[in-house]
Amino acid sequence: MDFATFLIQTLNALQYGLLLFLVASGLTLVFGIMGIINLAHGSFYMIGAYLAFVLTSATGSLVLAIVLGIPLALLFGAFLEWALFSHLYKRDHLEQVLLTYGLILVFEELRSLLVGNDVHGVAIPAFLDASIRLTEVMSYPVYRLAISVVCIVLAVALYFVIQRTRLGMMIRAGNDDRTMVEALGININMIYRVVFALGVALAALAGMLAAPISSVFPNMGGQVLIISFVIVVIGGIGSVWGALVAALIVGFADTFGKVLLPEIAGMVVYLVMAVVLLWRPEGILKKG
Amino acid sequence: MSTAKTNEILLQADKLTRRFGGLVANRDVSVTIERGMIHVLLGPNGAGKSTCINMLSGDLPPSEGTIRFMGNDITGLTAAQRSKVGIGRSYQRTNIFPQFTVLENVRLAAQSRNQQPWRIFSKAMAQQWALDKARACIAEAGLDKRTDWVAGVLSHGEQRQLEIAMVLATDAQVLLLDEPLAGMGSEESAKMVDLLKRLRATRGILLVEHDMDAVFAVADVITVMVNGEMLECGPPAQIKASVAVQQAYLGTEDSLHV
Amino acid sequence: MNPQASLILKLAAFVALACVPLTGESFYVEMIAKMLVMAIFAMSLDLLVGFTGLVSLGHAAYFGIAAYAAALLSPKYEAANLWVVFPAAVGLSALAAFVIGLFVLRTKGIYFIMVTLAFAQMAYFVFHDTPVGGGSDGIYLNVKPSAAIGGWEPFDLSNADHQYYFILAILLLVYLFLWRVLQSPFGRVLVGIKSNEHRMQSMGYFTFRYKLGAFTLAGALGGVAGFLYAVLFGFVTPELLSWHESGNVLLMVILGGMGNLVGAVVGAFAFEGMRGVFEGWTSHWQLLMGGVIVAVVLFLPGGLSSLPGRLRRALQGDEAK
Repeated sequence: MDFATFLIQTLNALQYGLLLFLVASGLTLVFGIMGIINLAHGSFYMIGAYLAFVLTSATGSLVLAIVLGIPLALLFGAFLEWALFSHLYKRDHLEQVLLTYGLILVFEELRSLLVGNDVHGVAIPAFLDASIRLTEVMSYPVYRLAISVVCIVLAVALYFVIQRTRLGMMIRAGNDDRTMVEALGININMIYRVVFALGVALAALAGMLAAPISSVFPNMGGQVLIISFVIVVIGGIGSVWGALVAALIVGFADTFGKVLLPEIAGMVVYLVMAVVLLWRPEGILKKG
Repeated sequence: MSTAKTNEILLQADKLTRRFGGLVANRDVSVTIERGMIHVLLGPNGAGKSTCINMLSGDLPPSEGTIRFMGNDITGLTAAQRSKVGIGRSYQRTNIFPQFTVLENVRLAAQSRNQQPWRIFSKAMAQQWALDKARACIAEAGLDKRTDWVAGVLSHGEQRQLEIAMVLATDAQVLLLDEPLAGMGSEESAKMVDLLKRLRATRGILLVEHDMDAVFAVADVITVMVNGEMLECGPPAQIKASVAVQQAYLGTEDSLHV
Repeated sequence: MNPQASLILKLAAFVALACVPLTGESFYVEMIAKMLVMAIFAMSLDLLVGFTGLVSLGHAAYFGIAAYAAALLSPKYEAANLWVVFPAAVGLSALAAFVIGLFVLRTKGIYFIMVTLAFAQMAYFVFHDTPVGGGSDGIYLNVKPSAAIGGWEPFDLSNADHQYYFILAILLLVYLFLWRVLQSPFGRVLVGIKSNEHRMQSMGYFTFRYKLGAFTLAGALGGVAGFLYAVLFGFVTPELLSWHESGNVLLMVILGGMGNLVGAVVGAFAFEGMRGVFEGWTSHWQLLMGGVIVAVVLFLPGGLSSLPGRLRRALQGDEAK
């Protein structure tokens, strides 16, 4: 592999890993704080991508679609938490699996009814539709770089929210000790709603950002969900930073796996997970 | 130690230390359990008694220190392995199989001594030796009138008796009992004290207990723990007379009623 | 229900199933045969979920591996020997379950659910992305295996009725096998692990070994179902290993009430029956299925199997008024 190829693959791996982080961070927060396993999380990614397609078709701009789409995703997340997930906190994992599996079927069929089963493309915004010349024969699309930048900004913002704000303090406390939070008189239900809505919005945003690259297609959520599971397993449940490290590991393993070991490309990520399970069954960043 | 007779040492823990992050839950705790004796671990809440019993039973690995059982180092063994060599424990919160009958609870415990996991075709209820042993242990724990009851409907005291029966069915030489009297009425409590005295004859017992009357009724040796460290260790008379113990307990909710 | 009535009901159900081919409707014979295969699959998962307390979301992997083995181990244009290829396929599923079990059983709870799913997805990619099994198009089992022993052929699987009775007989065998296993010392330990694994450990049980045994056994029996599926339809695709299949079989187990072998069979029939009815109504049948699932979880916490009890209580409540 020459240097330019290596550079391009590195940038691809970063971009893919960071995008996965957006999906997995919400998943791991919902696991860690609410103790809920949510199979429908991948559907939020799918819904985001379709929102991007529908709204971009309507408004003519992906940026506008994202600006409109994020509040919609937040509202949708808050509604789902209120209507469905708030009934699941005291149930066992099996029932959570069941309900969220049912939701996947509902979301996929609604998507099929409303938008159909065709594969659609989404246009890259004109001002990002360019490429940077890396060598004489190779160049790199600006849009992919922009995705990475947006994801990094969001990761930093998430860091500040969790480490520096009152909400973040509650999130950290809720992560460790739910009764203590309640004893402090903090409305835990409100925290749950906010965190869940945030998770939905992050996953949807990932879908919106990815739409121009991957295009939008049926069942696109399932693949992302399972990869996100792998990330949460590698990173440790409830750990946002574990999710970041694990997402980057998965991004690099998958991207370079496709280049170096194309025969078993689909399996590389799972092999990484298997190794981590042998080494640290609780995830690499789990305390203790 | 003031006891004149020299008993067989079953379990000897030497300078056990356990850290959780920066917190030291147990520091240099040494405990000896002898056959024919009841050793009581005493101390206010948060003194580190549970950490100590968890290290002895293998539920928690010690950060430092060694544990020997009949002369063999067992520090690295898991809870299941320690049960195999002859250390049995009961838990602070009742820990039984509530939907099984009393007999099945104890039969499962007895079966653990001869597991034969490859036997997937023989009937468990046809293993007469396990049934006989279960019935004997149920009788020894004084539960024979409840043999066919579903464990979940037993009274709290009876469930604690059931736990003892389960430990007995594993042929335990050392019984680690975490607050077996907690939440019992005085009548049930007296029955349990009698049972413990009977069991002591052929085994070694470590007891974590709050009930002072019961402690002084059964203890041969008492170790007082405070803040994760051993404060005093000796026969009940010595503990009663100890100024350090009195001071440690003054101002805490668990003041000694002696 | 008293044991006698329960036994009579089971026998009656079995006789009814045995009579299906007498109708001569080949469409229904094949439909019920598929339900029987799914019932075996559901029972195998119930051993894990209902009896050992291990919620596996990747059980389709073992179903699919044996199905592929059936197709791959058979010669292209002649019949394979059933008595060779059947045990071989089941053995491969058992082997896969054993190896995967060594990894996944190191985890618990939510981790276990996610990791079983991830390993099943890995198996899915083996068949989807590599040329081993014809890639995403799948592979045909052109000629059904022959049951001939020497010169004697006790039955002929290419005869639809024979095939149906073969599957029904295997269902009965699997049921009796599991029923017996659950009464064994091994089975009692599994139920103990489901109830309180920590207590089992402190009583001296090395629970990992028992769970690995259960996981391998469940994988093998899932393989039995997968093999029969391949024989029945003569065609296997990677979708047999997909996580939708794992989700569906979990659903069957729960619909019928976990920890109940007959319940698993009923759950499989109920699921396939519902699917049949919904498919008849609309091509968007999964919307209805999903809606039913969500409603069951929200409004019927004990599953469909709690329905009779609830109805009875409701009726008695009315009578009391």
